[in-house]
Amino acid sequence: MNITLNGKLIHTECSSIYELKKSLSIENDNIVIINGFQTNQDYILSKNDSIVIIKKGVMPSKDEFESMISARHTPQVYNKLKQSKVAIAGLGGLGSNIAIMLARTGVGHLLLVDFDIVEPSNLNRQHYFVRHLSMPKTSALEQQIKDINPFITIDTKTVYIDESNIKALFSEYEIVCEAFDNPISKAALVNTILTELPSIKIVAASGMAGYDSSNSIKTEKKMKNFYICGDFKNGAKIGNGLMSPRVQICAGHQANMIVRLLLGIEEV
Amino acid sequence: MKVNGKIISLKTNIDLIDFLRNNDYEISKLAVELNGNIIPKSKFKDIIIQDCDSLEIVTFVGGG
Repeated sequence: MNITLNGKLIHTECSSIYELKKSLSIENDNIVIINGFQTNQDYILSKNDSIVIIKKGVMPSKDEFESMISARHTPQVYNKLKQSKVAIAGLGGLGSNIAIMLARTGVGHLLLVDFDIVEPSNLNRQHYFVRHLSMPKTSALEQQIKDINPFITIDTKTVYIDESNIKALFSEYEIVCEAFDNPISKAALVNTILTELPSIKIVAASGMAGYDSSNSIKTEKKMKNFYICGDFKNGAKIGNGLMSPRVQICAGHQANMIVRLLLGIEEV
Repeated sequence: MKVNGKIISLKTNIDLIDFLRNNDYEISKLAVELNGNIIPKSKFKDIIIQDCDSLEIVTFVGGG
């Protein structure tokens, strides 16, 4: 039968995983992932199964590496996400964490847009490290994503986004993620996308400051093509700071909604 | 009329921008859908809302 082993289509006479491992002289302490599920148990092979075997501590060849990165995904999901394009507007607490999540999920093409550099006050919630201080957020994030999944195409634009450049920046993308801090900029991006780029879906955020209940943050579909995540009330203001847990919860809502949309699911 | 799913009664016909201002909305921080269509902000003053309309108003607070 034909199966996929570490990303390559092969023919095998083996009927089980244990037989396959034996035929390849693979030790028992290696990692075996069958159709997205890691297990030590034996398993009867069926045709078209996707098997990934990772030798711990051994750097794989470039070809095998991509299949290993995606081995824990639900089968077929990775290929679909790999062909997808997402633009992220704003690379702060939301955008930097969303970009990392989408990269780990294998979204094949990301556009990262932010005008700013990394500051010490970003480190309480944004996905940057001390070594990134003073670097443009676009470059700092591009560097990290290349270290996570080198097979992703990354475009960066270090510009301030306003009504004058939204169309030029985003018209080629199927999904735009609104990840700004400033509510006026949030509204401007959402309004411009919905009125001038009607084929694009936008996933925005409003309300994630403080340490209110995690469960007050949710995803809602508000209009055709418009999704919004947050608690819709807790804004950042004097006396109410932005803290990593709720910012990341909200970022997770946005990233998961984006993945769902890329996989053709429009319900929240 | 309906505003964000709640039924309210509209006493007089009023343009959209005055309706939003009278109800303490900050025009620069929202997006508005009227009967299923997103309304560009430049049209807010030209649209007279009526009792049969359904309005969805999404407001943004800061933070990210």
